[in-house]
Amino acid sequence: MRIVVQDAPFDLAAETERFAQGAAGAGAIVTFTGVVREADTGTMTAMDIEHYPGMTEKALTSIAAEALSRWDLTDALVIHRFGRLHTGEQIMMVATAARHRVAAFEAAEYLMDYLKSRAPFWKKEILAEGDAAWVAAKDDDEAALTRW
Amino acid sequence: MDVLYFAWVRERIGVPKERVETDAVTVAELVAELSAREDRYAAAFADLSALRVALDQELAEFDAPLAGVREVAFFPPMTGG
Repeated sequence: MRIVVQDAPFDLAAETERFAQGAAGAGAIVTFTGVVREADTGTMTAMDIEHYPGMTEKALTSIAAEALSRWDLTDALVIHRFGRLHTGEQIMMVATAARHRVAAFEAAEYLMDYLKSRAPFWKKEILAEGDAAWVAAKDDDEAALTRW
Repeated sequence: MDVLYFAWVRERIGVPKERVETDAVTVAELVAELSAREDRYAAAFADLSALRVALDQELAEFDAPLAGVREVAFFPPMTGG
């Protein structure tokens, strides 16, 4: 299991390759990448991601450990960035490796559902007019946890 | 104890972190004590349903006891991913 919290960009191809190389015995690898999308209104120029140093790493480690105990995974990876990101930049990735694909898919969804609502990150949209707005948590994201 | 604030809670209170001497027994008592101090706290803590709290970097409830706690953090619901 590897947990990385950093402001610098990460190399998706290199991280995926490294994870695959280390996933001995796995028959399935699932990766998910989160990207800063265009705002629905089209005025967003960047996104500031704030986090809680210390708690962030602890929370991600505990979420990944829970995934490893619930599913028959051989490994899991979470990379999450903070700081100022622009449209199109990669925010985060998760990867899971398992003997079989169902476990890898389910565990990746579990990791995403939990890190959205239980890892201490907060997003602020920086708008073209110089305004900024904190992104509100969605009820759907909280509801998504009940399926696990 | 150290009290930390994140996101709009930090902006509303105006500092990311401060040292607070308190006899508050629970998180709710600490919130009441801070809110009575100055308007900026009262404004930040006006709606507790819009806030989350962590004690020593673990999520907790507002009725949780503060005994032995070194670090309290207040923040809005998280928006990672």
